[in-house]
Amino acid sequence: MFTMLNIHREVCGYCGACVSVCPEGALELIDAYLSVSDACVNCGICARVCPLGALEVTNEE
Amino acid sequence: MKSEYDVLVVGGGPGGAMAAKAAVEAGLSACIIEKRPAIGTPVRCAEGVGEELLTEFIDPDPRWIAAKIDGARIIAPDGGELNLAPDMAGNEVGYVLDRKIFDRELVWKAAEAGADVFVKARAVDAIVEDGLVRGAIVEYMGSRKEVRAMVTIAADGVESKFARWCGIDTAIPLAELETCAQYLMTDIDIDPGLTVFYLGNEVAPEGYVWVFPKGERRANVGIGISGKKSGNGHRARDYLDTFVRRHFPEGKIIELIVGGVSVCRPLPCTVANGLIMVGDAARLSDPITGGGIYNAMYTGNLAGKVAADCIGKGDVNREALAVYDRTWRESTMGKAIERNYKIKEYFITLDDEKLNMLINSAKKIKMDKFSTLTLVRELIQHNPKMLVELQALKKSLG
Repeated sequence: MFTMLNIHREVCGYCGACVSVCPEGALELIDAYLSVSDACVNCGICARVCPLGALEVTNEE
Repeated sequence: MKSEYDVLVVGGGPGGAMAAKAAVEAGLSACIIEKRPAIGTPVRCAEGVGEELLTEFIDPDPRWIAAKIDGARIIAPDGGELNLAPDMAGNEVGYVLDRKIFDRELVWKAAEAGADVFVKARAVDAIVEDGLVRGAIVEYMGSRKEVRAMVTIAADGVESKFARWCGIDTAIPLAELETCAQYLMTDIDIDPGLTVFYLGNEVAPEGYVWVFPKGERRANVGIGISGKKSGNGHRARDYLDTFVRRHFPEGKIIELIVGGVSVCRPLPCTVANGLIMVGDAARLSDPITGGGIYNAMYTGNLAGKVAADCIGKGDVNREALAVYDRTWRESTMGKAIERNYKIKEYFITLDDEKLNMLINSAKKIKMDKFSTLTLVRELIQHNPKMLVELQALKKSLG
């Protein structure tokens, strides 16, 4: 089992609030598209601050 | 896009536009790259700015002023109202802008002065050589190219990625990021000349709700809450929906605006070798109000001038550019940020009962001229139960 950051693109408002709190610099906003790099450690800080709830750290099989 | 400029500005908001304009007016070549396909949109802002502050840089123009504001009202958790006349409310009274038009105007002025501007042009990395920032790798029209510069100005807003690529940690602590949601609403009953702020831990924990008029029956209705108070079921948008259901159930929402605002201290150093950081990218928004338009314009303008001066003298190292950092810290703006940070740190400790006491007692205070210290002194007189904590606040303000 492993954890991963999921982006609900239909919810994302591409505002960049998540980018500004990411301790690893793993998030990048490319116009209306939020990208996650390998640097992501699934800490979930971005998921907490998202004003819309577009980010979620989930357990995957 | 040329492969070399004197000054490369990353970001086409008010900070970037002022920086580029100041640089070209000082005789330099400058280029603004904006990653979005349009300047000024999407809006990430409540759009309020103080009158005296704004007019320091630009003459007010009805094309981008949505409303002129004559007063502010603070609503306590118990519903008590504190009305602030213009001279008392200071920077919270002035204009509500139309940022879509305003930002374009500023970039147009920079372009007219001689700056190059490219949209949908995104910096993807910094060029750093021997510890000196020498420009950016820019993705534009499907290809990547080097754009070199003597000085690069990071004006990339709250995301502040460019400085990170230069090795500077710009991450905002969770508790000091206000996560925000706003509706542009129409067909609502408001006072078109009054900004209204709602406080309280139920309405907006460690933040506030704002109603900023944009005309007779329309307004930006928004909220910011601390990142540490945000989570599933209690996010900024959840609080905003609760507020809107209660206060403007018949209103129509014609735009959803989301964003983040830092309420931390500014970065400990806002320059590096060949690099200057301005506005939100340098964490220069006001820790109480979250306002950042003027602060970005002021530091952008200053950055452009300092860049020109240092390039003229042939030294763009951190020590030479540091005059920028020192100047804004010693400015009225820099001092206000430091003072407001301390006041914010105190205010977020208050429960609703204490907020009610402070706001309701402030109604009785008469001041000829607004001063934070006078206000705190008066609050101490009116709130003997809070003597110790208010005196500690007063002491911290010096």
